[in-house]
Amino acid sequence: MDLLEFARGPALWFSLVVMVAGSLWRVVGIYRLGSRPDLSEPRSTRLLAGAMRGIFRRMIPRKEFRRTGRLGAFNAYLYHIGLAVIVFGYLPHIRFIGRLTGLAWPPLPAPVVYFAVGLTFVSFFLALMERLTDPVLRLLSGFDDYFSWFVVFLPLATGMIAINQSYAPGAAPAPPLDPRPLAIHLLSVELLFVWLPFGKLAHAFLVFISRGVTGAALARKGAAI
Amino acid sequence: MTPSPFAERAQAVLMAREAPDARRAAREFVAETSRETAFQLEACVHCGLCAEACHFYLVTRDPRYTPIYKLRPMLDTYRRERAPFSTVTRALGLAPPEVTAAELNEWSELLYDSCNLCGRCTLICPMGIDIAGLVRRAREGMSAAGFAPPDLYAAAERALETGSPMGVRWPALRRQIELQERETGLKVPVDAEGAEYMLVLSSMEIIGFSEIIGALARIFHQAKVSWTIPSAGFEATNVGVQIGSRDVAAALLSRIVDAAERLKVKYVISPECGHAYSALRWEGPNFLGGPYSFKVVQIVELLDQLAREGRLRTRGKDTRRLTFHDPCQIVRRGGLPQAPRRLMNQVSDGFVEMPDSGAASFCCGGGGGVSAIHRAEKLRLAAFDCKKRQVQAVGAEALVTACANCRDVLEEAIEQRAMTLPVLGLTELVAQYLEPD
Repeated sequence: MDLLEFARGPALWFSLVVMVAGSLWRVVGIYRLGSRPDLSEPRSTRLLAGAMRGIFRRMIPRKEFRRTGRLGAFNAYLYHIGLAVIVFGYLPHIRFIGRLTGLAWPPLPAPVVYFAVGLTFVSFFLALMERLTDPVLRLLSGFDDYFSWFVVFLPLATGMIAINQSYAPGAAPAPPLDPRPLAIHLLSVELLFVWLPFGKLAHAFLVFISRGVTGAALARKGAAI
Repeated sequence: MTPSPFAERAQAVLMAREAPDARRAAREFVAETSRETAFQLEACVHCGLCAEACHFYLVTRDPRYTPIYKLRPMLDTYRRERAPFSTVTRALGLAPPEVTAAELNEWSELLYDSCNLCGRCTLICPMGIDIAGLVRRAREGMSAAGFAPPDLYAAAERALETGSPMGVRWPALRRQIELQERETGLKVPVDAEGAEYMLVLSSMEIIGFSEIIGALARIFHQAKVSWTIPSAGFEATNVGVQIGSRDVAAALLSRIVDAAERLKVKYVISPECGHAYSALRWEGPNFLGGPYSFKVVQIVELLDQLAREGRLRTRGKDTRRLTFHDPCQIVRRGGLPQAPRRLMNQVSDGFVEMPDSGAASFCCGGGGGVSAIHRAEKLRLAAFDCKKRQVQAVGAEALVTACANCRDVLEEAIEQRAMTLPVLGLTELVAQYLEPD
């Protein structure tokens, strides 16, 4: 078994199992902590609507907070959207997801994806610079913050190296002529999968629960969401 | 005072200050991390945006005042003791260390002096973390273990002993009632069994703004509201929610509940006091273990209802340029943003909104018990600068609010900043324009 076969086979499945099992463990572990019922008389009983409002409303900052001048408030949009374009718009990635799930959709034009790669790359470095130089972010940051940055940045960097690989006629899933860059790219993605449930990257799913919980609680009081 | 089943546990909280115990704080932090709390604690991405919402950070630029940072002892304890992977991280030596007394002493300033529980940070958090709600929970651990500010323990002790954090007893309130009866020529019903509404008051109103009693007597007379004030259990201020002790809060709330049940009222009116509303309306049933036999109505909510029913009628309007300071626990956290505005428009021709008013308005700086903490005075007055900028932006001639604590804090800060701006109570303003009989 060569490195690419390992990355496409056992390493991929191992990382997916860790990601799914770890995420479930984390969510179920928190859920099992239990909850105290709120005995006060609610102002509103439309808690699901409150939860949904909490989830969607916080995707965009309230107008009162748009003048904060904090780089991260805008930069975060850039790298989240950039990553989404790269992951879900790039043809090889769609094929990769298709092989795993059977799902497929039309890709974005390659230049659009390459532009997103460039923007995301710059955005990532801005995020790191801000974290290292801003007194608030420096105080809040620990190993999780820097390691999580690293494991998201790594697939981006290795992916850039793997972009211009030469393929033998027949295209994917046939291996490229030099399989190492793709194998390293895949392994870096798998590192991200393995780390995701354990650190702050778990906000990928926790954000919706947290926003929903708070949205419902605030809606119950009729408070600002 | 009527003995309460909660009183003994409340006394134990007071005793904690004699021997601060970090391990006790850790146990309480763990006990406070329910499912909802944990989902929020786990969701933080350390973006730092909450700092931009906090007036204590904005005026000092001290990163320690970043709201989510104030939760670090609670978060570390949760991660060490209760988080899903805590068994593994402890075994591997990767868990955060146990909290220490030195750390908690340092965090006492962050969790109390520099937090009004105003909830502006909650509003900005892109992860939907109710940071103010979590600080409130963290204070449970701090107070139970002896790390709350001494001034709040002293206020809690006075409240448990006398019924009021300022030591206001019934004879003092009776004198104020008699004075207001003479001023208005109206009888203020005391201990009237079977009245529909029971009014409770904050010590700050009784001592500093007792005209509100006369104002309400006149309003209720016009609106034909059946109401009463209890001679025992009249104190609405709840230092328990400020120090962060459900036991102290329950002991104090149980006096109001006893009075309401004794007088068989249908409603208890929460007065012009933000945190009193939060304690009585939202936290009380949870502290006392069940729903009340009565409903709680905020005074602004009631006045607005009476006005909309045509029972509260006014004539004429104030022509000054007035603006409204939103009490955080009534507007942002209490769900009553529109009622005060409708009342303002009813009695004011020159009502102007401050920039970012309503849900995102800045706190006066004294909420959440901060105004009672002597050592926090300098920081509190500095934090007022955010409010000052809001007020000055509209060039208001008078500031109106619906919280006696806000009013007191604002008056002091305005004087300290050499500004000339009267601060008015909304209820009194409404009463001033009542249609004559």
